[in-house]
Formats: sequence, structure tokens, C-alpha cells
Amino acid sequence: MDEAVPPAAFFNEMYAPDGGISPSYRGVAAWLERTPSELVELKRREAEFLFRRIGITFAVYSAGADPERIIPFDIVPRVIAANEWAVLERGLEQRVRALNAFLHDIYHSREILRAGVIPEAQVLQHPAYVREMAGLVLPHRAYTTIAGIDIVRTGPEEFYVLEDNLRTPSGVSYMLENREMMMRLFPDLCARHRIRPVDHYPDALLATLRSLAPRACDDEPTVALLTPGLYNSAYFEHSYLADRMGVELVEGADLFVEGDEVFMRTTEGPRRVDVLYRRIDDPFLDPEVFREDSMLGVPGLMRAYRAGKVNLANAIGTGVADDKATYIHVPKMIDFYLGEKPILNNVPTWDCSEPESHAHVRERLQELVVKEVHGSGGYGMLVGPTATAEERAAFAERLDAAPQNYIAQPTLALSAAPTFVESGVAPRHLDLRPFVLTGEQVTIVAGGLTRVALREGSLVVNSSQGGGTKDTWVLADTHG
Amino acid sequence: MLSRVADNLFWLGRYAERAENTARLVDVTLRLATLPAERGHDGEGGVWHSAIVSAGCEDSYFAVHSDVTPEPAIHHLVFDRENPSSIVACIDFARRNGRAVRTALTQATWEALNTLWLEFDRRAVQAQANDDLAELLDWVQYSAAAVRGATAGTMLRSDAYWFLQLGHFMERGDNTARILDVKYHVLLPDHAPVGSAVDYFQWSALLRALSAARTYAYVYREPVRPRNVAELVILRPEMPRSLAASLSQVDRYLMAIASDYDTGKNPALDLARARYARIRDLGVEDVFAYGMHEFLTNFIEENVEQSNAIAETYLR
Repeated sequence: MDEAVPPAAFFNEMYAPDGGISPSYRGVAAWLERTPSELVELKRREAEFLFRRIGITFAVYSAGADPERIIPFDIVPRVIAANEWAVLERGLEQRVRALNAFLHDIYHSREILRAGVIPEAQVLQHPAYVREMAGLVLPHRAYTTIAGIDIVRTGPEEFYVLEDNLRTPSGVSYMLENREMMMRLFPDLCARHRIRPVDHYPDALLATLRSLAPRACDDEPTVALLTPGLYNSAYFEHSYLADRMGVELVEGADLFVEGDEVFMRTTEGPRRVDVLYRRIDDPFLDPEVFREDSMLGVPGLMRAYRAGKVNLANAIGTGVADDKATYIHVPKMIDFYLGEKPILNNVPTWDCSEPESHAHVRERLQELVVKEVHGSGGYGMLVGPTATAEERAAFAERLDAAPQNYIAQPTLALSAAPTFVESGVAPRHLDLRPFVLTGEQVTIVAGGLTRVALREGSLVVNSSQGGGTKDTWVLADTHG
Repeated sequence: MLSRVADNLFWLGRYAERAENTARLVDVTLRLATLPAERGHDGEGGVWHSAIVSAGCEDSYFAVHSDVTPEPAIHHLVFDRENPSSIVACIDFARRNGRAVRTALTQATWEALNTLWLEFDRRAVQAQANDDLAELLDWVQYSAAAVRGATAGTMLRSDAYWFLQLGHFMERGDNTARILDVKYHVLLPDHAPVGSAVDYFQWSALLRALSAARTYAYVYREPVRPRNVAELVILRPEMPRSLAASLSQVDRYLMAIASDYDTGKNPALDLARARYARIRDLGVEDVFAYGMHEFLTNFIEENVEQSNAIAETYLR
């Protein structure tokens, strides 16, 4: 069936509460007004051609699909006013500080568990909890060095955190390339706004990674980016970031461990590596400790890591903090570790492991979004309002069989922004993934990846489900 | 530079070079096959048999065919992905190596290589439909030249460029030696009768396969003589596809790498220096005295040794 429009009313970011054009969108609105749609269509095609020629592609794991697909790029920028960003920035830093404190705590004295704030079993028996991390002291206690926090908006002041991505979040190359593309296609429009730059992200990332050099490293630290290789869906991003940082892009087979130190094989002989920005998941990192059959990892890496001879970003074992079941507790973490009130709120969430919540969710399946706690990518979920009765019945069976595997949230009336579609310019729902860097200090580049659901009424923005991206403009002042 | 990256660049160079050389070889063979003397002469000693041997495809070809006839020979050399030395397979391998090290290539080099790969299948279908293989072969040579041109015009002169060039010249030396070895008997001074039409076409085909027909006329300004042909394609360093030129370039790029890296003991460079010094001192009579076939066989074997030494020193 085709997608219905779930919430009748939603917040359109282009408009102010009084119904007029929001100050931050004035420039874009005027530009849309005076630009003929043929020209816009021409520019859109030019963008697609450029993306394909440069090779900004994203692999999608499904049979018969174009193996080197590009994510649709929408040429209408998404604008965030300076005052809006100021709130987001403080909220993001606060949240990521609390998450890092939580990760340090659960691998050391476990105070939050002993205080009974979060159930012990939920953390210690979590599949992503890595025992080998216990007691390991990391430089600056940075666990999730690169965090991608998914934000949704429902009103002028209402921002919610939908999800924390604390393992190996991707998408930052789109933040950078989308800006490049806008500057190339619409230099005048860009010049008429004071847009905060994003181009220094690779420098900020490199500085962050260097600040995390292990104590044993007393000279200039060598950073490398560890990729699963060519066939990974985010390979383009890996090679792009390595290139922009000027560091080697290595695969597992390029590295070896000797005397608890990690070396890469180079044409000039072995060279020590101090910090690895790894884009390989925990289970594949070291066949000596984790999955024996991993061809992607480096035997002995965990040994070197534990010996403090190499540092990894992100740390091993961060997945326990970004699970949907742990997500529920993040506001409590902010209170527990920082003694602060959360600046960014969670989406109200029912934890189906609690019988009351389970019953409540079962009754209101038609209104709710139900998600699997260990799933990702929008596959193991039910969007109640758009699902058919059969789909809901089938999902209810799975839910009842293992309620502890599910959480549920209300169907949020996600904000929308003007987007170029076949019928012209129309509002489409979107979210935002800013990237938070934690090293010696916390750094947030003003911007992020805006994902947009291109189909009318759709709330699913995932690129694996047909979503597109937009350039995200954080303005240096409140007025556009 | 990562050893794996250097290895990918080296093989990118080798496969791109091989694709171009095989295209030239097939092109010349098509021309040769139209000669009256060659009609009905498909088997051993025939032009397609020579082409298969020159391309180093004897084993792969005879694994699936019992005798050499034009159609399967062309298929094997140009379109067969099962044959790792076919033009299409070489283009696949070159592009795969290039894709693995994209950031080590310039945009222009990558786009030239990617275009060669993207377009080949479409043009192959077209060539088979129009029965115009020559046009496809022209296009492969032209596009491979575009890759080399983009490389020469845009790549920083540093180790990435040097390993790429090293691959090109290692492969070129090998390919030239193989082409010569198949036809070495027509280059011998006691080969007679001189001046027959068949010989003339043999020599000129050989020169064409090495893009050296006009060069010969320019350098010697006299009718084609086997002694001169042998000298030109083996010993003249200014002839870009000669064995001497290949050795000189291999020596040059290994020198560049060694002086940049300063890594002490270097069997790859030692061997390259010795080989280049040896060929520089040779006259064409020395080659004849040594035995042309023995000389070429020896060159091919030493080239394998050279490739292993490079891998041992830098690529592992």
C-alpha cells in the first residue's frame, strides 16, 4: 500500500508561528519564489551527475539493486537559525558528556548500577558489553569519540533526541559534500547568507584523534583510518575522510601487532600506529578475542589496546550505551553524572519489558512506532499508523513472543521543510544528525546530516529506505 | 606509503599496459590475417597461433580449445573474462586496483580509468554487432593512452607515480619480449630469402605491433632489414617500447624510489642497475651471437625475477 499521511498537522520549518515566513528562511523562500522550476530541475540533474562522477556512492544490501547507488540529494537547503543551534549545541555536548561518563562508569566502578538507577542486568548482560574493557583507563575517558546524535523536531522549540549512534556513525561525508555541491551550484544564494562553515570537520576530527594518543606515545602521534575495505557500504566516506585528514586508509591486513605495538606495512618498512579511527564493528576487530573468523581485523589488537600502546576511536564496547533500551535512561544519566537537567529531551518511550507498558503498547499499536531494541536501519520496526491490519497483527505476535526486545514511541509529527519533488517544491519530513567529537575537549561543527523522506507523508528518512539528504545551514545570526 | 597501496598501483600500471598491448597485438594480427599467404593458415605457425603465444595465453587457450581458429582466438584475447590476460579482464583488474587506491590517484587519472571500464562493455557489444573489431581495438588503445596521459599530466612525482610507472614498464618489457620471441626467426641475419613479400609483411607487422613502423623509417631511412629491426626494438633506448627503454625506465623509477626512501639493502634496484648496464653495452651482433631466442627467454625470466624482487622489497 502507499504511504498515508499520519499526522494531519505538522510543523513546517519555513514558517513562523504567526504564519509568515520564518526570518531564517527568508532568503531561501525568496530564491524559491524567483527561480523557475526548470532551472531547479537542471541543477538537480547536474548535482546527480557530479555525485556519480566523483563516485559518492552508497552500497545498499539488497538483491538486484544498483551496487553503487547514489543517495538522492535535495537542492533546497535546510536552515537552522543561530538561536536554535545554540540550544542544540549545548544539549548535544551535555548528552555526549553524560554518555561518555556512563561508559567509563560501567567499565570501572559501576556506580550508576550500584545506585540502582539503571538495572544491572540490562547493562552487564547486554551483548555489546565487552568484559575485556573493564578497568582499562582511556585517555580523557573518551569512549564515543565520534557520536552521531539523531535529532527530530516537532515544533518551533521542540527538539527531541531520537537515537544516539555511538559505535561507528556514518554520514559526515554527506555533510561535507552536500555543502560543496551547494557552493558549486548556487554560489549566489550561499553568498547571501552567513552560513557557518563545516569544511574544517576533517581538521577537527584529526585534532581530536591526536589528542587521544596513548600515554606511551611520546612523539607526534600517527593516526590511521581502519576500513573493512572496498565492499563496505560506507567505503567512500572512509577514503574521503582519510584523504581529507591526510592519514593512511588501512585494512586489517595492512596492520600487525608486535610487542604489543601496532604497525602498518609500508614501502619503507613497518611504521607504528598510535591512534586508529576504526570503522570496523567490535566483533570483527581482533580474531584472537572476538570473532575468530573475522578476516577484517588485526590479531593482537586488543592486547595492544589493553597495554595502552594504541588507542581506538571509538572505544570498544560503546554499543551498550546506544541501544534503544539504554536510550530510555539517558536523561537519568545526565542527572546522575552532571547534576543537570537535560537540555534535549528524549522522545517519550515505552519499554515493553515492563508489563504495563507492554499492555499499553498492544492497545495502541495503531498509533505507535514500535522498534526492536537491538535493530537498526529501519528494518525491524512497525510504523503503526501506516501499517496494514495484517502487518500489525503479524508484528503483534512477534512483540508478544519477546516483549523485552521492543520499545514503542508515539508517531511524532516530524517537522518538514521545503523540498524539490516531482510536483515542484513541497514540504517533506526530515531529521538531523549532528556529529559530536570528544577528545581533550568536545567539538561540534555547526551543521550535520539532514535526511529527508522524499515520498509524501513518509516519516522514514533512512537512506536504505529511499530517503535523501539536504545541505544543512546553521546561520551565524538569527535572521536569514 | 602502505605496501598494499604500492602493490595496487604497480598492478594498475601492469594491467593497463597489458590491455593496450594486447589490443595492438590483435589489431596487427587482424591485418596480417588478410594477407594472401595467411589464408587457410590457422593452426601452428599461423597468425592467430602466434598471437596467442605472444600474449602468453597458450595455457589458458589450449585448456578449452584443441586448435587455433580466428573466432575463438579473438574471443579469448579480447572478450573472455575467464582468461586473465584478455583485454576485458585486464581492464577489470586495472580498474579494481585503481578503485582500491582511489585517493592515491588524481581525479583525472581515476576518471580516465573509470571511463575505460564503464564504456568497454557497451562498445564491445557494438563492435560485435557491427563486425567492427578494429574500431574497438583503436578505442582501447586511445583510452589507455588517455589514462597514461592523465597520469603524466596530473600526478605528483612521488612514490605513487613511480610505482605506477614501474608497473607500466615492467609489463611493457615483458610484452615486447614475448612478441619478438614468437617471430625471432624472421629477425635472424641468415634468414632467407630476404625481400619476399611475406617477410616484408612479417617485419612490418612486428613493427606495427610495437607502434614502431614510422619510427623505423625515421631512424634508418632505408628499407626494412632484419638487423635494423632487431636493433631498434631490442637495443635502442630512444624507442619507447624497446627492451632497453623498458630497462632504463625500470632503473630510473627504482632509483627515484630508493633515493626517496633511503632504506639500505635493495635487491630490486641492484638487479635493475645490472640489467640496464648490461643491455647498454650490447651491440646487435652480440645478441645474434648469444642466440636471439636464448636472449629473449633470458630477458623474460629475468623480468619475473625483477618483479619478485620489487614485491619483496616494497610490496609486502
